[in-house]
Amino acid sequence: MGAKQNRIIYRHIDLDGWDASIEKYMSDGGYEVLKSAVERIPEDLCQEVLKSNIRGRGGAGFPIGMKWKFLDRRSGKPIYLICNADESEPGTCKDRLLIYQDPHQIIEGVMCSAFAIRAKQAFIYIRGEYINGYRVLMRAIQQARAKGFVGDNICGSGYSCDITVCRGAGCYVCGEETGLISSLAGRRAYPRIKPPYFPAAMGLYDCPTAVNNVETLCWVPQIFKLGGEAVSKMGVQSDPGTHIWGVSGLVKNPGRYEIDSGACTVGELLYDLCGGPLAGRRFKAIIPGGSSMKILRWDEKFRIKGADGSEFERRTEDIPLDAVSFQQCGTALGSCGMIVMDNTVDMVEALANLNQFYAHESCGQCTPCREGTTWMSRITRRICEGWGREADVDLLKSVADNMCGRTICALGEGAAWPTQSNVSKFREEYVEKIRRQETVGGQARLDNNAYRLI
Amino acid sequence: MSDKVNININGVDYAVKAGQNVLSACRSVGVEIPFFCYYPHLKVAGSCRMCLVSVGTPARDRQTGQLIKNEDGTARIAWMPKPAIACGTAVCENMHIVTDSEAISQCRQSILEFILLNHPLDCPICDKAGECKLQEYANRYGSGVSRYVESKSVKPKRREVAGKIMLDAERCILCSRCIRFCEEVIGKPVLGFVKRGAKTEISVYPGGGEGLNYLLNVVDICPVGALTEKAFRFKMRAWFLRTARTISAESSAGVNTTTWSRGGEIYRVTPRANDFVNGSWMSDTGRYVHLGAAAGKRRLSGARLDSTSCSLSYAVDRSVEILRLSGFAIVASAFMTVEEMFLLSELAKVCKARVYMVSHVAEDDGFLVSADRTPNMRGAFVTGLIDRYPGKDLSELAQLVESGDVRTVLCFDEDLKALGFEARHFKKANVIYCSSAENATSACAKVCVPLENEFEKSGMWINRQFRLQSFEAAVERPKGVSSTVAFVAELLAKIGGDEFSEPGVELVRRVMAQRVPQLEGCQNIPEEGMPIDGSAFSRVAFPEGPAFKYAPSGSK
Repeated sequence: MGAKQNRIIYRHIDLDGWDASIEKYMSDGGYEVLKSAVERIPEDLCQEVLKSNIRGRGGAGFPIGMKWKFLDRRSGKPIYLICNADESEPGTCKDRLLIYQDPHQIIEGVMCSAFAIRAKQAFIYIRGEYINGYRVLMRAIQQARAKGFVGDNICGSGYSCDITVCRGAGCYVCGEETGLISSLAGRRAYPRIKPPYFPAAMGLYDCPTAVNNVETLCWVPQIFKLGGEAVSKMGVQSDPGTHIWGVSGLVKNPGRYEIDSGACTVGELLYDLCGGPLAGRRFKAIIPGGSSMKILRWDEKFRIKGADGSEFERRTEDIPLDAVSFQQCGTALGSCGMIVMDNTVDMVEALANLNQFYAHESCGQCTPCREGTTWMSRITRRICEGWGREADVDLLKSVADNMCGRTICALGEGAAWPTQSNVSKFREEYVEKIRRQETVGGQARLDNNAYRLI
Repeated sequence: MSDKVNININGVDYAVKAGQNVLSACRSVGVEIPFFCYYPHLKVAGSCRMCLVSVGTPARDRQTGQLIKNEDGTARIAWMPKPAIACGTAVCENMHIVTDSEAISQCRQSILEFILLNHPLDCPICDKAGECKLQEYANRYGSGVSRYVESKSVKPKRREVAGKIMLDAERCILCSRCIRFCEEVIGKPVLGFVKRGAKTEISVYPGGGEGLNYLLNVVDICPVGALTEKAFRFKMRAWFLRTARTISAESSAGVNTTTWSRGGEIYRVTPRANDFVNGSWMSDTGRYVHLGAAAGKRRLSGARLDSTSCSLSYAVDRSVEILRLSGFAIVASAFMTVEEMFLLSELAKVCKARVYMVSHVAEDDGFLVSADRTPNMRGAFVTGLIDRYPGKDLSELAQLVESGDVRTVLCFDEDLKALGFEARHFKKANVIYCSSAENATSACAKVCVPLENEFEKSGMWINRQFRLQSFEAAVERPKGVSSTVAFVAELLAKIGGDEFSEPGVELVRRVMAQRVPQLEGCQNIPEEGMPIDGSAFSRVAFPEGPAFKYAPSGSK
């Protein structure tokens, strides 16, 4: 079985002669779904989404239908819809192309969803660094508004909802939904404690709010078009639909590949679609979905319990590309931004790089993450600079363990997982590096270019 | 719905008040949970993660909804996979809480380790030492050693805030209490976070805090020594100070305070929590009332007769003689305690004396400094000294002196010279001046009797809510100064009979409880004070406007 792409969400990306204009999008049947959706009953549409069983594509993988079902409709407060376009996880770059090349698909997705949950107002929170993306999106919304797809009385249905685009200021925690809500409301981007601030009940301005990823919202028109039933049968049952794999790192053809979930394995993706490792090198490790997910060794083997109770062994390259299979191997596919490392990569330096990112991006609200990320970053940097101590390996692991499960938001755990998995799976590399440093007198190498001082 | 819920803490069952969080529920039954960022009168931040506990509820079968039992018949508990913050988790029926497990103590130890990473540990020169939460918890829950070998982060130190607070950003543990206080209580952001991650620090908004009268509360709520009061900085170690439960004499709000003193000298005044009166706040000006008493006013240190020093007993005897003459008027002060006022009103009854008072009214700030700048004006009404709100001066009394109807004036605290009396009035009438401070009146009074000031006496005051509150003496009164209760009781005994021949506050309270219906039960006032019936005075034009936990009777 060879790996094959199935471009649904990415159907317009990199097409010859395609541009982001509304004419192009409408010539390909654009906004037809929205036109027909506003004729239907919102509850039915929510039911379709629930039936489709599509999981959120932002990283946590929570079923979107359930998320909408939890919205507090009895409070009498307005409901808001937020499209989370603050794509800032290292290794993730799937939403960027949609924003730049196919903004109308996003707008249609946002409007379909807004109608289904009867949102009063929709917001698109776009990452601050996507400056051109913001311009593209604003132009597209203007075009859509002129055609009556956004704003007052959408498609003559009597339903009105406008889209506000808000630019982030370059902050990783704004990708966390409650952090995003704080930022959107004009406060410091601090994630909020749950309870009581579950977005479905107390979100933006303390009103019920649905926060969904760009790719997730793009799935909504597909569900309305094909029916929830049909979408739920795409790919594997537990995680239907396609995934856009953004493969980066040391492979021959890095890029984005949209594949039915479970249709192929990690090995097939990396060898068939990405062309395998660079000449003369071997794969060493992959981080499956965005930098926060736990790393997998290429030569790792997992004991998996099948559905019938039988146990079997699975190698990393045989993991099928769906959410449950990755969970069985102790990690998660996250946002499907796969980072590939080969035998030339120094795992300590790779981790130092990641830790520096988390130390820089920790919002500083809760103690474990604020202090832990910086501490871990300083330890890894110290090891890389040649001042490692034997005790540092266990110390790193212990600091990461002390962070896990004690932070306000999930990003605190996401900052600890890389260290936890890296240190436990590549322990011998750390020990070896430190031992070598000690034998040459404590300072083996000082590479000032490798790390920015934090 | 019942107002109690049954919970289980560390294997012991308790019934606690419903609707509160796990932290206060545990505290109410004596189980301590450490915390930094939580503060009872502020919103929950949940950021310090010190109060993590294990929480679980009885497991239920998904299909049937039945409780699942263990093999031994006890209910199986579904523990939450991660520890939960006790400050942000509400108690519910049958909740199980574990605060003393190995995992939780490891949690606390690691959080303390994180907090202490960048804490300067300059306790030897820190004013908070001795009353610092971080010090206390590090001692009790910390590991004692640090595994941190890197250098500590550097942040601004000795930054002045609004001229009265010193900010040390390095000591700060970023609990955000001060930020929340400014936003929620003052309603004006003064402090805020800047930067991100481990570089986050507390900073001051430009021009922030100038002219705010409640800013010093952030010093009290700061769990560490990041915010220290300039006036108290490097003055005295907290553990040397003796505390007394006092009431602020600043205004009729009756703010509960703690006065910290050593060797008869008052070092600082801090608010004392009382949910019914002041939450846990007080005004900045209220903290420096004792400085005004010490610096602004000269102490009336000895008894005087016709400007010549004499013994206290001689002055009292002379006063009694003068008071036996006819045409007697009393000028009472609203700084007197209820007991003193009661004795005074008894004296007025016996001597058929007229009683005058003076109002001290200034601007009402709508929070804890009320328009009436005296602590006990309502006490004068309750004890029957006066029945209408007094005026600003004593011109009426001055006229009576002028006309010869009043020939003796027994004056407490008030400065007659500033209130309409002139030199000729002092010649026409005998003025007995009783106070703690010298002023223009004391200079020309016939008899001067030195009395204790409001920090030296104990007693009761009735605040604007008609709440009877008792307070202790913060410092001892100096030698040669009489207690007001003893002085008035002696006058009463010598003029009116021997009823109070052995004067003491206890005796006065007992008699008072019998004679004044509103003060029944005043011998045993609970710590938070006792509301009394003020309906008889609903027609009195009290000047206080609506404020924190107070609504004027007319506006109800």
